[in-house]
Parts: sequence; structure tokens; C-alpha cells
Amino acid sequence: MEDLAEKGLQVVVGLAAFAAIIGLVMLVVDRAPKSSREKIQIAGFLAPALILLAVGLVLPALQTSYLSFTDRTGAFVGLDNYVWMFTQPEALITLRNTVIWVVVVPSLASAIGLAYAVFIDKARGEKTLKALVFMPMAISFVGAGVIWRFVYAYKGAEQDQIGLFNQILVWLGQEPKQFLLDAPENTFFLIAVMIWIQTGFAMVVLSAAIKGIPTEIVEAARLDGASAWQQFRNVTIPTIRGSLIVVVTTITIGTLKVFDIVRTMTAGQYETSVVANEMYTQAFRAGEPGRGAALALILFLMVLPIVVFNARLLRKQKEIR
Amino acid sequence: MSTIPAENTKDVFPELKEKSDDRPPIQRRVKQRLTSRGATIAAVLIAVIWTIPTFGLFVSSFRPEANIKGNGWWNVFTDFEFTLANYEDVLSPGGSQSPNLLSYFVNSLAIVVPGTIFTLVLGAMAAYMFAWGRFKGKDSLFIFVFALQIVPLQMALIPLLQLFNQVLAIGDFQLLPSGTYAQLWVAHTIFGLPLAIFLLHNFIAEIPGEVIEAARVDGAGHSTIFWRIIVPLATPALASFGIFQFLWLWNDLLVALVFSGGGADVAPITQRLAELQGSRGGEWQRLTAGAFVSIIVPLAVFFGLQRYFVRGLLAGGLKG
Repeated sequence: MEDLAEKGLQVVVGLAAFAAIIGLVMLVVDRAPKSSREKIQIAGFLAPALILLAVGLVLPALQTSYLSFTDRTGAFVGLDNYVWMFTQPEALITLRNTVIWVVVVPSLASAIGLAYAVFIDKARGEKTLKALVFMPMAISFVGAGVIWRFVYAYKGAEQDQIGLFNQILVWLGQEPKQFLLDAPENTFFLIAVMIWIQTGFAMVVLSAAIKGIPTEIVEAARLDGASAWQQFRNVTIPTIRGSLIVVVTTITIGTLKVFDIVRTMTAGQYETSVVANEMYTQAFRAGEPGRGAALALILFLMVLPIVVFNARLLRKQKEIR
Repeated sequence: MSTIPAENTKDVFPELKEKSDDRPPIQRRVKQRLTSRGATIAAVLIAVIWTIPTFGLFVSSFRPEANIKGNGWWNVFTDFEFTLANYEDVLSPGGSQSPNLLSYFVNSLAIVVPGTIFTLVLGAMAAYMFAWGRFKGKDSLFIFVFALQIVPLQMALIPLLQLFNQVLAIGDFQLLPSGTYAQLWVAHTIFGLPLAIFLLHNFIAEIPGEVIEAARVDGAGHSTIFWRIIVPLATPALASFGIFQFLWLWNDLLVALVFSGGGADVAPITQRLAELQGSRGGEWQRLTAGAFVSIIVPLAVFFGLQRYFVRGLLAGGLKG
């Protein structure tokens, strides 16, 4: 109880301090001398956010870039950390896994999400069916990790299985399997968790896009005798192309940064590490901030082209409109 | 991250508008239903596969420890036993060995609520100026802030921790003391700002200019306009983004791991749950109940505010 009061006090003090800062800004802004009031007002509104971003994001990102050329003592070592990344077997496995994640998750999550969105379009109980697949979006990656580790749980063949997958294997007459320990396929069992989470996102966005297709087009295609598959390929896909690309790129970026799933399910052991997890391990567990920084920079360089592509596409679409 | 483009096929196929189906409506409906029978089965199958993992965990969290560890949760249909003991165990304070989740649950709330408020207020203030202020270099500055979204937060973690613990400290005094929520609030606010500014700007820029001009003519300054006009009119956007920010912060693990120190006095429930998985990976009676305690808030937010949630998603935004 005492504990609770102390935590409550912290929150109250924090909120009060924030309110005081904002109040002070507003006061200064309102009392500014007439001649320069506009300028001071603009500065007052922008300053809190811009200072935080400069000190907390821009500067640190530059420091990290420099850090990636130093070793654990802080001495400048040139490209050593990058050489390590692209030559050491453990680091190469991390890069390989990240590539696998980025290829498999966006394509499967989008494909399943699209198929589901088409299947349930105008079906009875559409809302409920949507909510069921969308629900994992709200669950934390950590929570999802527990949920799926339970699905993958392993007991020796002589015992009753408590994990659903191993029980299914046993029902099929197979030996139970250590889903998370056996490389290299264990990476795919981690990937399944990410697909489980992201499919709902793909489904909701694509479903909204499908509903935006004018009924006239669909009717016309049907009049021309197009089969369901032909309608899907020649009408649905081209019309929702823009949304499809946004979905794929958004999931790709999320997948590149995936950390929690790997961290909580295997901690990157058994050859399952990915770049974002390895960055944390090197920088905050292994005492190698230089290597961690180099991995962070690689992450940035992988995200960059996707975002640029996305932004250019959006601009093009705006021009068409 | 980006807006979902509106589809503009109506303009592309104007000639299609005039055609219509001249078959009687009943015949049309029958045809549609026949083609969708197989699709419905496939859809139900996907829905079941997507739901079963969560359902299994939920059922297990109410089974006695011996049952959870002894056999699969599907046995509950033949051998029914119900208990709340797992929840009592994970929630109640105890020795250092007990999960003590109630304490971490409080931490999560104490981190997430101020973290969301700070981001919303500062983001809206900056967004307002980017939308309606007049100053040189506005557009390039805005594009720069927008571009900051692509910097993964991994890029900032190492120097930011040093900044908090060494630079912003004089002797024993720390501006943002470690072992309190302050570092987490500020870190979350920083990482949330680029997207907040971008999304809120898009909305605030759509507010009719006459409303703001009229207030200005009446002699209102920026602070009056902001609090009296912008904030009330932007409430839908603030609500949508607020829900997302709330869920992201609640579900965060990485920022918590770096800045919380990990004790029961600061760390959020996700961090505790991750710890329990590592150190007591086989204690399924605790993990199942603990997982549900941790996902109950996001699920409540999700089912309670699903409409805003979906709207926010479509209006453009998913932080990777």
C-alpha cells in the first residue's frame, strides 16, 4: 500500500512538472512584447518537441554512427565492427535470419490477410470474424511469446503432451519435437508468431480497400462471365494495389525491427538471433557498444530504402489524384 | 508511417457506372452464395487457427497447477476443474521469488499514462505550428521531423542512456533520476514524437482556416487558439493516436529493458513477464495467468474502442 502511494506520488509529481513547464511556455508566449510576439509564440510552441528530438534522437543517432567505428574501450577501430558482422559465423547467422524474416513475414501475412479479407467480405458475422483475426494486434509481443511457447511446449515421448503442436504430432503417430531448439527450422516457428500478429493488420487495411472498389466494376466483371478467381486477379488486385504495397512495406519495416519475440522466446540462442536482438545483446549484455551501434546502423540502412520507396509511391499517387 | 491511399477507380472507369445487372435480384444472390461456400469454410478455418492459441492459454490459466503441467488444456472438456489460485499467486506480493505482478501492473499504468499525455500535448503543439504558423524554413523543418520516423529507436538507445545517467547529472543529483519513471516517460515521448507530429499535423491542417482567422481577428493569441479551438476540434485525431501510443507503450519491452533497471519499483509488466519466461520457463501456471494479466488492458482497449482503433489504423499509422 505504501508502495502504491509512493508510485502515485511520482506520477502526480511528473504530471505536475509537465503541466508547470507547459504553463510556463504559455505564459511567456502570451506576455511576449508585441513587436516580436509572433516569433516568440512560434518558438515557444515548437521548442519543447524540437529540443527533445534534437537531444534525444538526432544527436544520439549521430553518436551511434560514430560509436560503430569504436571498440569496447572507445578507441577508434575503423571498420572492424563491420568486418566482424560480415565474417563471423554467429553474426552471419543473425544477418541470414533477418533476411529470412523479411522475406517470409510480409509475404505470408499479406497473402493470408488478403485471402481472409476476400473470403469474409459481406459474409454473415463479418465483424466477429474480423475481430478474431485482428485481436493478436492488441497483444504484446511478450504476451504472444508466452502464448506460442505454450503451443510449442515439449514433453518427452513417454509423458502426456501439454503443447498443442506436439500433441498433434503424437496423434499423427510422430515423435514430439523441440520446436524452439532445433535449428534451422526453429526460426520459422518464431516467424509464425509474427505472421500471427501481422495478418490482422493486413486484413483490416485490405478489407477497407476492397470495400472501396466500386460495385459497378465488380458487377461488370460478373456480367462478362468472369469467374471468382478472374475477378480477384483482374479486378480486385489491380484496384487495391496501392493499399497492398503500403501493407507489405509497413509489415517489412516492423519485421526488420522485431526484437521482443526473439528476446522472450529464445533470447537469440539456438541460431535464432536477428539484427535488432543482437544489437541489444551486444550493446547492453555483452559490453560491446561498438558492435551494437554497427548493428543499429545496418538496421537503419535496411529500413531506409523501403521508407523512401513508400514515400515516393505515395507522392506519385497524390499527383494522380 | 504512411497514409493508405484512397482508391480512385471511379475516375478510371467512368463508362462502367452506367451498366447494371438486369437479372432478377434473387438469382444474383443465389449465385453469389454458391461461389462463397468454399471461401466461408476457409475463412472459418483461419479464424479458428488464429484464435486457438490464445484460447488455450486462457483456459489453462484457470486450471490447477498439477493439471496444467500434467496434460494438455484440451482435456478440460473431459476433466473439468476450475481454480483462481494461479491468479492469486501471480498477483499477490510475496518474496522475491513470487511474480508480484500487481506491482508491475501499477508500474505499467504509471509509465504509460503520462508517457501518452506528454507525447500528445507536445506533438499537438508542434503540429499546430507546422500547420498554421508562418515562419521561414517551415516546410523543410517539417520534412526533417517526418524523416526522423525512419530512425529506428535502436540508433538512440546507447547514447540516450549515457545522456540520462551521466550528462544530465551533477554529482549525485540527476535531472531524470534512474530508478524512477522519469527516464521512461522522456524516452517514450521522444520516440513517439515524430509520428505524433506528422499524424496530428495532417489532421490539424484540415481545420478550416476561417475559424482560426476569425479568432485571430478577435485578438486571440496562439495559446488561446490552441487550447480553445485546435485541441477541441482535433479530439478525434488525438483519441486515435492516443490509443495507439497507449498500446505501444503498454506493449513495449525494449525501452523498458534499457531504462527501467528492472526492479519492482519501476519495471513494467511486459518486462516481468519476459523475466518469468526466462527464469521459470516451465512454471506454466504462473506464465498463463501472468500473460493474461498483462494482455487484459490492451484487449479491453481494443474491444472497447475498436472503431477508433481501426479508424486510426486506416488514417495512417503503424509504428514498426
